[in-house]
Amino acid sequence: METTVEKKYTAKDFTSDQEVRWCPGCDDYVILRTMQKALPEMGVAREDFVFVSGIGCSSRFPYYLDTYGIHSIHGRAPGIASGIKLANPNLSVWIATGDGDAMAIGGNHFIHVLRRNIDLNIILFNNEIYGLTKGQFSPTSLIGQKTKSSPYGNTQPPFSPGELALGAQARFFARIGGGSPKEMGQIFIEAQQFKGTSLIEILQNCVIFNDGCFNHITDKDVKEDKQIYLEHGKPMIFGKNRDKGLVFKGLKLEVVTIGENGITQEDLLVHNAKEQDPTLHYMLVRMEYPLATGVIRSFDDVTLEEREDALTAEVKSKSSFTKTDDLFFSGETYEVK
Amino acid sequence: MIETKIKPQPEKLEAVVIRFVGDSGDGMQLTGTQFTDTSAMFGNDIATFPNYPSEIRAPQGSLYGVSGFQVHIGSVEVSTPGDSVDLLVAMNPAALKTNLYALKPGHTLIVDTDSFNKKNLEKAEYTTNPLEDGSLENYKVIEVDMTSLTKTALKDVAGLDTKTISRSKNMFSLGMIYWMYNRSTDYTIDFFNKKFKAKPSLVEANTKVLMAGYYFAETLELIPNSYTISPAKMPAGTYRIIMGNTATAWGFLAAAEKSGLELFLGSYPITPATDILHELAKHKHFGVKAFQAEDEIAGVTSAIGASFAGDLAITTTSGPGLALKGEAIGLAIMTELPLVIVDVQRGGPSTGLPTKTEQSDLLQALYGRNGESPVIVIAASTPANCFNFAYEAARIALEHMTPVILLTDGYIANGSAPWKIKTVAEMPEIKSNRIKEVKENWHPYDRDEKTLARNWAIPGTPGLEHRIGGLEKDAVTGNISYEPMNHEKMTAIRAEKIERVKFNIPDLETEFATEGDLLVIGWGGTYGSLHSAVKQMNEQGHKNIGYAHFNYINPMPKNTGTILSKFKKIVVCELNSGQFASILKIKHSEFEFLQFNKIQGLPFANDDLIQQFKELV
Repeated sequence: METTVEKKYTAKDFTSDQEVRWCPGCDDYVILRTMQKALPEMGVAREDFVFVSGIGCSSRFPYYLDTYGIHSIHGRAPGIASGIKLANPNLSVWIATGDGDAMAIGGNHFIHVLRRNIDLNIILFNNEIYGLTKGQFSPTSLIGQKTKSSPYGNTQPPFSPGELALGAQARFFARIGGGSPKEMGQIFIEAQQFKGTSLIEILQNCVIFNDGCFNHITDKDVKEDKQIYLEHGKPMIFGKNRDKGLVFKGLKLEVVTIGENGITQEDLLVHNAKEQDPTLHYMLVRMEYPLATGVIRSFDDVTLEEREDALTAEVKSKSSFTKTDDLFFSGETYEVK
Repeated sequence: MIETKIKPQPEKLEAVVIRFVGDSGDGMQLTGTQFTDTSAMFGNDIATFPNYPSEIRAPQGSLYGVSGFQVHIGSVEVSTPGDSVDLLVAMNPAALKTNLYALKPGHTLIVDTDSFNKKNLEKAEYTTNPLEDGSLENYKVIEVDMTSLTKTALKDVAGLDTKTISRSKNMFSLGMIYWMYNRSTDYTIDFFNKKFKAKPSLVEANTKVLMAGYYFAETLELIPNSYTISPAKMPAGTYRIIMGNTATAWGFLAAAEKSGLELFLGSYPITPATDILHELAKHKHFGVKAFQAEDEIAGVTSAIGASFAGDLAITTTSGPGLALKGEAIGLAIMTELPLVIVDVQRGGPSTGLPTKTEQSDLLQALYGRNGESPVIVIAASTPANCFNFAYEAARIALEHMTPVILLTDGYIANGSAPWKIKTVAEMPEIKSNRIKEVKENWHPYDRDEKTLARNWAIPGTPGLEHRIGGLEKDAVTGNISYEPMNHEKMTAIRAEKIERVKFNIPDLETEFATEGDLLVIGWGGTYGSLHSAVKQMNEQGHKNIGYAHFNYINPMPKNTGTILSKFKKIVVCELNSGQFASILKIKHSEFEFLQFNKIQGLPFANDDLIQQFKELV
């Protein structure tokens, strides 16, 4: 419901005067730069953007954008953002969060914000580690991962953010590597256009405490073979030679090669992000090879504020109360003379 | 209108306390509120208090399933629901067993004898029937076979099931009480007509039973006389009976309208605060956004978000919830956003006594956060003035750009009393710190010179884009700053900002005496008990006792020291172990403070207060 504007902005208009203080080489720089470039493309007035964050490296994000912003407390950005959006549905509200912020301390808020489907956008910087507290395992760290708080290896099984999100009824889920700014920018714009809660998981490399954890998927030379970039309405095809694809075999997804065993491009599944039934989206989210990236789910549904607005309008149309005095003097009153 | 035979001249009483008790399903709350409303219409001063069981549907006839409603009506000022009762209406043995302690010796007890059967006596753990074993000989017992009489009264009404018939026996008792206290049945019959508009058989049934009770009392020789309580002298105006929690909710509605802001409530259900959420959820017609969040923390954080975005934002809770909200309240202090937190106090610690009253969250409200995080704390003192103090909390939060904690408690939140209705026009102005236009060299932490309140620039305003957050702010630019001297400066500014609120609140006043031997001090929900006890002492000739009641706790009224200096002795009375006394000792160490404390989940009893005060003078 954000009002569109004619005014032309550049990335510079969205850059604050604050010195950026992430570690050199951190993927967060890519995400910030990509956002600064994407914001002018969204057709929203600068004053109508609000960035909200909790605590963690990612949560410094709002300070570096010249928009309205609030850097809140650990895990609580969804509550703050929900209040902002419900107070003023005309705003474009964004949450910057990390794996610990969203899924550990803020886990309850994270699932409920997705369930409610308020029109706001969540960028989840997933680096599978706690960075700001200097290197403890997070809810997405792998079993066996050695960290400062798991010197002999992590024993807690990880969440898959997409799986958790879909379980909480997320209507929009996208995933993208930190090294893919072009696609990332496009996803930011799609998330902004989507009416409802959008969740974007970014596989974000932490150069200090978990360096290279996504290299086997995101490195330039393996990326095309290890990832499938999904686009709505297009066949599920991947690989350097664009010769691999996905089909159903029984109840499972299977990787096939075009040209082998009589497989042609027509046999491949076509991605339907807008499907209400999340079954296939679940499979795509859980799939390890190839790792699904792009907009995996984008199902249009009624937002909380639309329901609230409709209900408020209905109640108003039926009520005889316009001022609080009408309420105070209604019903059982009596006079003392 | 009722045609009756000529009555003996009713005996005049100044005040009476009646308690209706029965099984949760017996409709005691309805009986009590009908008697209350009828008496209010008649012009009496009133205070009521309900007593529900914690269990939602406790087994019938059980001791813990007893539900009660107490009402105190008077031709004189009534400031509490009363400690002991003049008339007890007990609908079953369990109700009698759990409430007899409150009945004054020699006073009247009405029982439904039909319910005193073997099964119910056993459930109430009576080994002998109290109606037969002589244990009630100190009371005037009126035995009525109420269930049978109700059945007889309804034998000609078609289309009623057994459940409906047995459920209407509460109206029989109400009819009796109406006769005894010389009250008209019109208001209640009118109520039936409205409530059961679609079911004429229920209107007929309830009316018949009510009148049957009324005529039964009239002809009953056990009730030799009826009583009357003349209208009380109250300021002229339009009144209604209001519960504390409703008054709190309405205070916020008025503040939102007056300030021209939309009202946002972020809340999570918790006893005894939930009724505020219930009430505000009804008022979508005023555009109220009542957001039931996933937990206490999301309740307060959503309110902080709404405040950042320009709404009048509040969150409501009780003690355990306030503990959970602590970190977020610190954020609101740091970001200097207007926010009202209502804590309807109950017995603690931990889950404590959810349905009982206490004043033990005071220190939590003042200090229950990390770092030096001063907050404004105010407290309502009667069911009706919850309206004023909710309004006041909103006014101060908006004018000073800071969170305000409003303390009420289970006693005043669930109690009800007459409220002289205030129009929004009568309420004081609210001047918010909103800025709408870009100024040269503007910063988000630019302050009002007088109040030190920062200006409030909300998202959607072009040119005022800015970032705030929980990290320490540079005093000038509002950017993150870890500078040692800046932190000390900001800590001082935040404290000074709260301190200056004392110039925007009324002075402390004393009642009954401006100087003398003893100053009784109270705060919050104990006003009714303390006021009436000191008044009674005064009427008994103790003219040297004054009473000062604090509604503003932090900061305290600026004349507090002057008031304290006028009395030889000071006693601080509170429903905790001495929390407010400890604050007074810190802030006014030049005086000695005696204490009178009670931590039983109950309000002060008048006799205990009188005894205590007599010992001190």
